Amino acid sequence: MTLPTSPELESIKTLKQIAREEFILPGTAICGGCGGLEALRLAAKVLGPKTVFVNAAGCFTLLATFPYTPFKGSWLYTTMASAAAGAQGVRDALDVLIARGKLPAEDDVEVVVVAGDGSTYDMALSSTSGALFRGLDFWYFCYDNESYGNTGMQMSSATPYGARTATTPVGVKARAGTEHGKKDLFEIWRAHRPAYLATVSPRFPIDLTNKFLKAKTLCGPKLFIAHAPCPTGWLYDPEQTADYARLAVETGIFALKEAVDGAVTHTYVPRRHRPVEEYLQGQGRYRHLFEPTRNEGALRQIQDQVDRYWAEVHETTGAAR
Amino acid sequence: MTTGQLLTGNAAAAWGARLADVDYIPAFPITPQTEIIELLAQWSANGDIPARFVTMDSEHSMLTAAGAGAAAGARVFTATSSQGLLYGFEVLYTIAGWRVPLVLVNVSRALASPITLEADHNDILAARDTGFLQIHAETCQEIVDSILIAYRLAEDERVMLPVLVNLDGFTLSFTREPVTLPPPAAVAEFLPAYRPRHAYIRGDKPMAQGAAVLGGAPYSYFRYQQQRAQENALAMHQTIAEEFAVRFGRRYDLIESFQLDDADYVLVMSNAFATKGKAAVQRWRARGIKIGLLRLRVVRPFPAEAIAATLAGRKAVAIIDQNLAPGSGGILYPEIATALYHETQRPPLLSVIGGLGGKDISEGEFEAVFHHLERAAVGEHVVSPLLLYTKLEQERTRTLLQIAGKETSL
Repeated sequence: MTLPTSPELESIKTLKQIAREEFILPGTAICGGCGGLEALRLAAKVLGPKTVFVNAAGCFTLLATFPYTPFKGSWLYTTMASAAAGAQGVRDALDVLIARGKLPAEDDVEVVVVAGDGSTYDMALSSTSGALFRGLDFWYFCYDNESYGNTGMQMSSATPYGARTATTPVGVKARAGTEHGKKDLFEIWRAHRPAYLATVSPRFPIDLTNKFLKAKTLCGPKLFIAHAPCPTGWLYDPEQTADYARLAVETGIFALKEAVDGAVTHTYVPRRHRPVEEYLQGQGRYRHLFEPTRNEGALRQIQDQVDRYWAEVHETTGAAR
Repeated sequence: MTTGQLLTGNAAAAWGARLADVDYIPAFPITPQTEIIELLAQWSANGDIPARFVTMDSEHSMLTAAGAGAAAGARVFTATSSQGLLYGFEVLYTIAGWRVPLVLVNVSRALASPITLEADHNDILAARDTGFLQIHAETCQEIVDSILIAYRLAEDERVMLPVLVNLDGFTLSFTREPVTLPPPAAVAEFLPAYRPRHAYIRGDKPMAQGAAVLGGAPYSYFRYQQQRAQENALAMHQTIAEEFAVRFGRRYDLIESFQLDDADYVLVMSNAFATKGKAAVQRWRARGIKIGLLRLRVVRPFPAEAIAATLAGRKAVAIIDQNLAPGSGGILYPEIATALYHETQRPPLLSVIGGLGGKDISEGEFEAVFHHLERAAVGEHVVSPLLLYTKLEQERTRTLLQIAGKETSL
């Protein structure tokens, strides 16, 4: 809260402008092809080395496995429901220690929550709401693999309609697998009017980098939902992570957007969205929608929802389709 | 600032935090603890204390912020009670595992359900295995002093564990007693500014706290370190308490011995109702009965040796648990029985449950306990645990049951 805001940072235009230096080193216990880790790796290049990652239980908890961590900054594992409160404690303590002259200002760090969708959308919603309400100056990085990934792909409230998970299996009575729609966390967070809020994709590194650069100039809550394609849980070959990350955006299923003090801008709008089937097909979690027979109703429902979302976007922004 | 004044237990707790010159107070209200954080909020608003006061969204968040603040190197204070302590429970284990020092005051209140506001110790004793140290105060004076001792203990590099200081709801929280506040300058000498010795968060000094471990061997190592730290705390408490006595003239041991030198019979009690026990001891002493009281002050680490040495050779001992482990009995009774297991001169041990939900322990009930102690001393079998409940209370409860439409034999 007491940190002065930085001057506007230069936004980048090409991949070559992304820092070469790595702040998350390789050799971690995270699954090969993890889209979330790639997004965090890119984010860390903007965040820099003076960071503390405050972690909620999830896949990324295994990043810091004693005695190793891949980070150049610090790490604090909290609990599944309270990482944002942990960020509050660190931020407050550093602020008061600096104010009391007990800590030199150059020893300050960026306080970054790292949490999966399971804790973020579910258990931690209350503590995060508290931190947003208090206007805490912190970062929140949610790697959204749309399930409780670390426990073996069970449904979270980020799981999209139609995806099969271990707790939303396909059966005669439940042909679509997950029958709830994905919780709209972006809007829930946006209602708190954070300083900055954005969705990012590991396959759109320039967009991601610019969003983190913009957030770095702002004081207050800076929130990110990173699309995190998950070969282990979504059941596809790890080398296809980049393809699915790209297709999620190109089909319009995952919208790249930001909200500065509540005002929403879509940062990438394809001229024509590709059919959602291109994204769904090939992922094991959606196989039941195609085999042994096509579930036309479910496929239509997914496409209709995406179309409705973008129709609304075009209507409110007045942009031509 | 005057040094002697009438303070409630809650105000005494707030003064403890103020004298400890804490940096950070994440807070959340719960009765009967609210007065502590209200006072600290007022002092913070007035600029009387330099600490940052932040109202959190729950005890779960509050305790996480408290531990994280300590991990960042701040001296942290907070307080809760009853259901609030339980709501923050998983965080107690987490931050004890971080090995960060902070002081958490718990104002004991019985647990739901039924929901109530008055004290017993099921809340605080549920936290006995979390890794926190526990100090149980009997008086408002002891609350202030225990908080200062608690910080010294928590921040000692041989301990590095958070401490719970317990006081009873209503019987202490809202009761004014004369309290001598130690002068701030003298406190600053006894408790110098906090210099973190654990891994703490700094831009130029990366660290990891709460990292995952794969396999039981490293897990066992870290858990064993906590056990060692608790054991160290027994010796450290005595050293710190000695120093406190020299500086401030008030002495606190792991256990308090009251009229125990020649006592044949012993009551074991803790917290504020121990005062009632002491009054009963004095009444019996006036009748020439050799009886005394052992008050448990430090409950974690458990001072088993001191207890065993004090109780061995007595004619009979009654442990009055102000708590109930349903299906078992009193929580402290088996701990004391364990402490005495290796004693050859083991006295008969009577388990008594009293004071649940703040229920009074009357003179008559103490008489009943003594009657059973005498029987136990001559080798008679006494059914235990004994639940203290008077005829009058029984009749009143029956009336309530009738109003509720529950005709039943109590």
